[in-house]
Amino acid sequence: MNYDQARYGDETRNESLLSEKDSTEVDPGEGSALPDDLTRDSLELPGLSEPELARHYTRLSQMNWSVEAGPYPLGSCTMKYNPSFADAVAADPNAAVHPDRDPETVQGNLELLHGLQEYLATIGGMDAVTLQPPAGAAGEFTGIAVAKAYHEHHGNDKSEVIIPASAHGTNFATAAMAGYDVVELPSGEDGRVDVEALEAAVSEDTAALMLTNPNTVGLFERDITEIAEMVHDAGGLLYYDGANLNALLGRARPGDMGFDIMHYNVHKTFATPHGGGGPGAGPVGVVDELAAFLPRPRVRTVGEAGSAGDTAAAADGGALAGHDHGHANDATADDEYELFDPEHSIGKVHGFSGNWLVLIRAYAYIRRLGDEGLLDASAKATLNANYLASLLDMEVPYGPFHHEFAATAGDRDAADVAKGMLDYGVHPPTTKWPEMVPEAMLTEPTEVENRRSLENLANAFNEAFADSDEELHAAPTRTASRRVDQTSAARTPRLSWHALGTDE
Amino acid sequence: MSGRSAGTGGSPFAPHTADETAAMLDALGVDDEAELFDIPETVAFDGEFGIPQRDERTVRADLRETFERNDDLTEFLGRGHYSHYVPAVVDDLSSRSEFLTSYTQYQPEITQGFLQALFEYQSILVELTGLPVANCSMYDAAAALAEAALLADRVRSTTGSTVLVPEDLRDGKRGTLDNYVDGSDLTVETYPYADNTADLDALASAVDEDTAFVYAETPTVTGAIEPELAAIGDLADEHDALFCVGSDPVALSLLEEPAAVGADVVVGEAGALGLPASYGMGLGLFACSEEFLRQVPGRLVGKSEDADDRRAFTLTLQTREQHIRKERATSNICTNQAWVALRAAMHAAYLGPEGLVALAEDCVRDAASVAASLDALDGVEAPLDDRHHFREFTVGVDDAPGVAAGLEERGFAVHVLDDETLQVCVTDLNADAADDLVAAVAEVVR
Repeated sequence: MNYDQARYGDETRNESLLSEKDSTEVDPGEGSALPDDLTRDSLELPGLSEPELARHYTRLSQMNWSVEAGPYPLGSCTMKYNPSFADAVAADPNAAVHPDRDPETVQGNLELLHGLQEYLATIGGMDAVTLQPPAGAAGEFTGIAVAKAYHEHHGNDKSEVIIPASAHGTNFATAAMAGYDVVELPSGEDGRVDVEALEAAVSEDTAALMLTNPNTVGLFERDITEIAEMVHDAGGLLYYDGANLNALLGRARPGDMGFDIMHYNVHKTFATPHGGGGPGAGPVGVVDELAAFLPRPRVRTVGEAGSAGDTAAAADGGALAGHDHGHANDATADDEYELFDPEHSIGKVHGFSGNWLVLIRAYAYIRRLGDEGLLDASAKATLNANYLASLLDMEVPYGPFHHEFAATAGDRDAADVAKGMLDYGVHPPTTKWPEMVPEAMLTEPTEVENRRSLENLANAFNEAFADSDEELHAAPTRTASRRVDQTSAARTPRLSWHALGTDE
Repeated sequence: MSGRSAGTGGSPFAPHTADETAAMLDALGVDDEAELFDIPETVAFDGEFGIPQRDERTVRADLRETFERNDDLTEFLGRGHYSHYVPAVVDDLSSRSEFLTSYTQYQPEITQGFLQALFEYQSILVELTGLPVANCSMYDAAAALAEAALLADRVRSTTGSTVLVPEDLRDGKRGTLDNYVDGSDLTVETYPYADNTADLDALASAVDEDTAFVYAETPTVTGAIEPELAAIGDLADEHDALFCVGSDPVALSLLEEPAAVGADVVVGEAGALGLPASYGMGLGLFACSEEFLRQVPGRLVGKSEDADDRRAFTLTLQTREQHIRKERATSNICTNQAWVALRAAMHAAYLGPEGLVALAEDCVRDAASVAASLDALDGVEAPLDDRHHFREFTVGVDDAPGVAAGLEERGFAVHVLDDETLQVCVTDLNADAADDLVAAVAEVVR
């Protein structure tokens, strides 16, 4: 399929900036109730009539790709179709309350939060969940902060976090942010964690191992039990990066594999719109032993006190591995809810309670799909990845895969092949990552593409891959902009309309 | 049929027909999807969470019922989370699926629309703060403040290590800040307030060569407009500490731009524009001076040109970010609040400068007028300080929890700060109900 994206404007620019349509300078101090020394002398901003505003943003929207326009197979990003009903639920005016309301007056919100805590705990095989982190990376930070607090509480002197080379970049940044030294673990020849290399890396200094499973080339870490044992024996904790959880729904649970801490990217796995870069939400689940360290406050039913991490020794023991979390408590209608502070809480990771509108959507989505839908999501996501990989002319190392795979463009430039794909009515995959696959094109079709769509997608890959370098360098030609010069943007940063010359 | 597999209990959003699935499995040489999973039996799960599948109508009805459990109260609540009326056109335009269901703009050629919208958002913040660089969002005000402190640690690491914040800082901000700086060399200390704004003398003796970062808010958490910002900025400057101001875009439309009083960084909650009451969800504002351009956390959109020399926008200076610099990145932020930033820019462009200033003026006048009405009641004092106010102010009563409980029975929510202090926030959304609130307070304190 060929594609022509809308393009507005003239030979020198696309749709005009707001500031080019209108710009008015006012003196806010004039006639103000405030004294002169507190007010500004000037405010110069655009202000459009509603019809002009509607046209401006409609045009901008038409110059933007989205999952509702077509496939968006960015590897490790899990861009699924976002069901409309979840948006409708999130827009319920009764849910739109201030975060400082007396908990007794917002029982509905607390019921949803408690229900989502329960669902996530069950799906991940965890014992306690916080919904506060506002994104996946914020969840990572929360999880590592919890690990750090746990180690400090027990007098464990730990300085290192081990991370496979193929892990998401946020893992490294998170560990460094928490003050840990990062030990990078090379991948083994089969694309998985090299258990011998891990053995050499693990020591008394190991605070945690951060792991994605399936990993970033879609491979399941089969030695996970052995890996968990190795880390636990050294007194370290096992952290699960939930970015790839979509592939595992109902098939395996991080808690059962020996993970002690995990974050959920509910905006990926449970399909809430990514809004051009957010908001997301990154709830964190932990085993019993770590529940007391979670951020404050958490939600519990009145009468549940003493069982979910507000005491140092949680009710049902909670060894670092081998716990058995029960089925979701799906009946919530008549319970009363309250907020509580976990006994050794790390404190806050968000000013209030996290990204509420995202959490509502995740909860609605899980209720809609239920066991069978969640299981089918991982089934179709995995089927799609393997089917698409089988249709490509490019070499696809490793495999068979779960939700995603990294094809290699070989001696071609993966970024150029991606530019070539832009003209075919699809979005290209993630390129040049992970580094373990040269000229990688990391592709995750998710369960929302069917056979015809996957074949179109494969065609876009194969056509672009077959194009000459010259053709690829000229691509794209059908998008709102031709190839954008990223070097000049970085060399001479122009980050606001104030920084543009008068000739703009 | 909606949801090909709805009848079979599969995912309603997987569009495969049974025939398609069979053909694809056949092409892969397997009988069943389960065969594709490479999971050792020891850790395999049986797929039963105990969550029944429900149809769309049932889920919506269930959740409507759930939210009906929330009491219907008129909120006079603020303290860092503010809602103004959001024009319907903002809901409509921002919900266009091309915005709502798009991802981070890794391929600029096909995402010019969102990139331009974020460039415009950055530009609006540049105008409001007076600083030349604004990123295209942090999670919320707390994260923005915490990232600003970490920026100070990176650029001032050879000298100071103390972060000075107001003693009245909201718990959520302070708690988040404490966690973010836990892995750095920074230590957080507080300076006192007098009359609900900075105690300048106490601050002057707290700032020394160890100070890396001084944070001041205007309006403060109780709504007082900080009269001594310039003096605080001078104190920070004298000791080579970063001066960071916390505010919000509505207040900044009226108040002197922070850059004019020496701010190096401006942080705050930008969700006051575009975001309805959302139980604490936010939009972190972050702007700074040119000097720190390559130390800014989060994403930046820059102007460039395409192969036809047409103006084009792109994410830029990405070598600061985690996906390139890993553990040396300026921060770990990846997903941000882009869609909320889009809404804030739309709301600002809808109001225009006159509308923004008018809204801000209402925040000053309404707070003053409601405070005066409350002050006229026997046994009530408002405001409890001698300051100008923006949206909110403190109220003195004999039994604050008792008064708040009485108000709750009458359908109003206010903050309780301590046994003798309430806080009341007035915006365009509740101003119409202010007379009723005053009448209710009169009844309760009688």
